[in-house]
Amino acid sequence: MSVYDLLIAPFADFGFMRRALVGCVALSLSGAPIGVFLILRRMSLMGDVMAHAILPGAAIGFLLSGFSLFAMTTGGVIAGLLVALGAGAIARSTPLKEDASFAAFYLVSLGLGVLIVSMKGSNIDLLHVLFGNVLALDDAALILIASIATITLLALALVYRLLVAECFDPGFLKSVGGSGGLVHFLFLTLVVLNLVGGFNALGTLMVVGLIILPAASSSFWGETILGQIVAAAVIGILSSFVGLVLSYQADLPSSPAIILTAGAIHAGSILAGPRGSYLARAFRPRHLRG
Amino acid sequence: MKLKRFSLALAMTLSLGGAAFAAEPVKVVASFSVLGDLAAEVGGDHVTVTTLVGPNGDAHAFEPSPKDAKALGSADVLVENGLGLEHWLERLVSVSGFKGKAVIASEGVTPREWHGDADEAAELEKDSHGHAVDPHAWQDAQNGIIYVNNIVAGLSAADPANAADYKANGEKLVGELKTIDARLKQEFAALPEARRKVVTTHDAFGYFGAAYGVSFIAPEGISTESEVSASQIASVIKQIRDEKVQAIFVENITDPRLLNQIAQETGVKIGGELFSDALSLADGPAPTYVKMFQNNETQLLSAMSGT
Repeated sequence: MSVYDLLIAPFADFGFMRRALVGCVALSLSGAPIGVFLILRRMSLMGDVMAHAILPGAAIGFLLSGFSLFAMTTGGVIAGLLVALGAGAIARSTPLKEDASFAAFYLVSLGLGVLIVSMKGSNIDLLHVLFGNVLALDDAALILIASIATITLLALALVYRLLVAECFDPGFLKSVGGSGGLVHFLFLTLVVLNLVGGFNALGTLMVVGLIILPAASSSFWGETILGQIVAAAVIGILSSFVGLVLSYQADLPSSPAIILTAGAIHAGSILAGPRGSYLARAFRPRHLRG
Repeated sequence: MKLKRFSLALAMTLSLGGAAFAAEPVKVVASFSVLGDLAAEVGGDHVTVTTLVGPNGDAHAFEPSPKDAKALGSADVLVENGLGLEHWLERLVSVSGFKGKAVIASEGVTPREWHGDADEAAELEKDSHGHAVDPHAWQDAQNGIIYVNNIVAGLSAADPANAADYKANGEKLVGELKTIDARLKQEFAALPEARRKVVTTHDAFGYFGAAYGVSFIAPEGISTESEVSASQIASVIKQIRDEKVQAIFVENITDPRLLNQIAQETGVKIGGELFSDALSLADGPAPTYVKMFQNNETQLLSAMSGT
């Protein structure tokens, strides 16, 4: 089998493969900065929480109007924002810490999601919603994902410095009169948008993997935040491509193939990335070792 | 085992059946919706029919409930398909204490070899060569006529007083089925053979395909349970392109977005809903056996004729 047959032919022969790749590339591009900032803000598990929070909203949208991209997306965005805002508000106005408050909201959402799933007689359809299908991206879904990617990148470019400042020194931003709360809320909105855009492609649960795994790997490659974001985007795109090829050549389900490829790259980064990996530390001059 | 049950049932019927009052309707339990409809049509006002696997239910994988056992326990007649379709029925009969007459509707049809899913084959009855038997015999209207006649004979034996009515109802139904059978044969024969090809995940159309000359091609590698891979979708698309298939009727790729992708990529038409194992609800397109044929006929013809 030539390299062409192995890597290029699947995409040259089949439109659904090209669509899947385009969708994943768009997701990787906007997911990279989102993931890097989630990790910097020690919120990497929050992505998972938010993904679960979106579930009942998307499920209600589906039950009301079937496979309607609009209904499911709207439902997901509303549910995600409700949880993000609610958890944030409770954390700010009561002694409850934000992570505990998020956990409470997400567990309730999950319970609600399961309840809605079982209310519908046949829940096969709903499972498809929750697990998404990267092989079934139609024009509307692609446009949605691409729009969300564009909005995310533009919005992040606008508030990049504020966001970085808020990550490292929330007190500083307050002292110079900047509103950290607003930046935080904008960021959470972008997280929700990306998760909602992603669940059409990879499903509510898998999409978190494409956001967090490349970002977690990127700290072994990039020194600056910008460097890490670029590294994360490259890793995300590479994972999508390799995962889709694996799914095609080795007959594996697509979303898990993509996520596991990202996982393998993550393991590789831990072992042999240029910064802070086991390999990098082994070759560091003795006098620099901590 | 079946024979024993049958003869026992027969003995009980002979002793009890005569005592049935004309005013009291005969309690019929049918294993699944197609048989339920046939029994109701043949029985008319003289019977009350309880269907175990109702409309849109799956007769292959059915979990009987205590309610079903209760219904069967007090029934006078049980109508089952046979050919290994209802492998859950034997146990249900033994726990329910059913003492009526069992009618095996498919008795007398020529069984076909099973060409469907290999996993399912393990659960089916085997013929004398050890091949699994395809139980979906009712998909050939000629077999439907045999079904009707078996049900007429069974009801008449359980309730001889109304035998004449059962015979009349049965003959009316047989007449309709003969018309359908002739019409289907004529309509499909009028189409060129290359057009009579559809891809379907329904593996219950073996009898239909043989009777009316339609090729039902199973999409390769798509299974109900597992999540699809890119290679599975690719092989379905290749198959559609290679075999120049006209339409695709896929039920267990439950994700319509995936179907639309396949259709868009191949230019194949997505067929409407075909009914094979179960009838639809009363307000659906296939609430009766006869209407099921009409629905499938319309769906297949419109997909194949290119209109």
